[in-house]
Amino acid sequence: MKDFFRRAPIPFTSSRRDQQIPDNVWVKCASCGELIYQKQFQDALKVCPKCGHHARMNAREWLATLLDEGSQVEHDADLASVDALGFVSPKDNYEAKLAAMVERTGSNDVIVSVSGAIEGLPLEVAVCNFDFMGGSMGSVFGEKVTRATERAADRGVPLLTINASGGARMHEGIFSLMQMAKISLALTRLAQVRQPHISLLVDPCYGGVSASYASVADIILAEPGAHIGFAGPRVIEQTIRQKLPPDFQTAEFLLKHGMIDSVVPRAEMRATLERLLRLYQAGASVASAPQLENLVVGRE
Amino acid sequence: MTIHTELTPWDKVQIARHPQRPHTLDYIKALCDDFFELHGDRRQSDDEAIVCGVGRYDEQRVVIIGHQKGNDTKENIRRNFGMPHPEGYRKAMRVMRHAEKFAMPLICLIDTTGAHPSLAAEERGQAQAIAQNLVVMADLRVPIVAAVIGEGGSGGALAIGVADRLLMLEHSIYSVASPEASAAILWRDSGKASEAARSMKITAQDLRSFGIADEVVAEPEGGAHLDPAASIRALNAALRRHLDELMRLDPPALLNHRYDKYRAIGRFRETQEALAAH
Repeated sequence: MKDFFRRAPIPFTSSRRDQQIPDNVWVKCASCGELIYQKQFQDALKVCPKCGHHARMNAREWLATLLDEGSQVEHDADLASVDALGFVSPKDNYEAKLAAMVERTGSNDVIVSVSGAIEGLPLEVAVCNFDFMGGSMGSVFGEKVTRATERAADRGVPLLTINASGGARMHEGIFSLMQMAKISLALTRLAQVRQPHISLLVDPCYGGVSASYASVADIILAEPGAHIGFAGPRVIEQTIRQKLPPDFQTAEFLLKHGMIDSVVPRAEMRATLERLLRLYQAGASVASAPQLENLVVGRE
Repeated sequence: MTIHTELTPWDKVQIARHPQRPHTLDYIKALCDDFFELHGDRRQSDDEAIVCGVGRYDEQRVVIIGHQKGNDTKENIRRNFGMPHPEGYRKAMRVMRHAEKFAMPLICLIDTTGAHPSLAAEERGQAQAIAQNLVVMADLRVPIVAAVIGEGGSGGALAIGVADRLLMLEHSIYSVASPEASAAILWRDSGKASEAARSMKITAQDLRSFGIADEVVAEPEGGAHLDPAASIRALNAALRRHLDELMRLDPPALLNHRYDKYRAIGRFRETQEALAAH
């Protein structure tokens, strides 16, 4: 109730998502400052009705938005991170940080992996929770995405990854880096059964996730205005000491530079995925799919 | 009796980065008779931060790809200090395919601070270039041996480093982020780089203990820069041994072996029960 008497409305940030915000509270768009009723915001899938800014969604919200109700079976929720390096740091320790994240988000790590369906079409999904340590990729992230990929290959269904990450998790050092290779290997299994990997890039997606599976999917989609890149803008500014273009590292910038297939507004995402799943469903369109090994130039 | 002082991880970082440490072309010249360097990405340019080509290694034809740092300031500028742009990784990729087409084993020499972080690199798809190389290496049907000869700088290193065997010279390092970057990110103080070097477990010995590096190759006393010829001989012997082993595997067995190596990397636990869905 005390929220009613605030002079300034509560800006919508991800940390508040965990609280039960009642529907009769205003939220403020982080981009244009427009005041929106919470319920209206939820109905609009957290897209500002005025400026179209796409606020971040967590893993559960993504799954609820995209998948058929009752179709989800979650896997590997019990996998939890460990302090592989015996990480020593002046400020905190990795185990304490993990415990705090588990408490805050109710999940054991970044990735939520489910088997599900869109309009009855089956798929495997691995989606990032950016709230959990900035979506950072460590051993559990790598293991869960690998298992989701292997599951998709075993079942002969497409894989959808929804990618929001600051990059590799520093606290797991070289183990984090190697997850990039591990997931890449798993993707070869999916390719062998000719099932597509659809990567959905959402705000923000950087570093080791961008520089591995998320950027080599068969179909790469991104949300409008999402910030996606390899190196962070501050690092680049320090390197080049010049101003960056205003659309730098946005989904639109990536599209312009040939790196993604389509920018898809959130309201159209489920329908777009349905179209893709239907297009790639059931086998080859030529009499026999060409042997990949015999192609002169090699395969993508 | 000689007294040895333990080298700290930060000491090793300095040795790994030493300007007189042998670089990729030094190894290539010593290992190969008849090396023909290949240039260009067939799209727009030639990135000299990456050197690659075909050569004769003993009686074996091999492809060698490596990061190349410069030996003086002028060369460093030409080679961008061994920090590739996307076109460097795309050059490497087409030469990897070339190795596969001609059934030549691939040797990758890793020595980079990292992929170049610039506006141009982002415009030309640095993330995509690295990612592409990872999947190309993942099922390349020839044996791949990678050796960290200096610095293994994160994704920029891994982009030519998804190998059947990973060797590391004794004082080389391999990290997810440089000690300076790690300290800046974790403790907002890049001056704490020496602590980060210790905390991040980036030495050859660390990676060997994790089972990620397959062998640590001994360097001459004090570091490779003090006796480059001996270092090159030491790596040569290890390369030869690993290649001979891998050459006995047929492509399906080779790919399974590679899959298993990376499949096993990761440390985690299974909790007693999954947390309730939110």
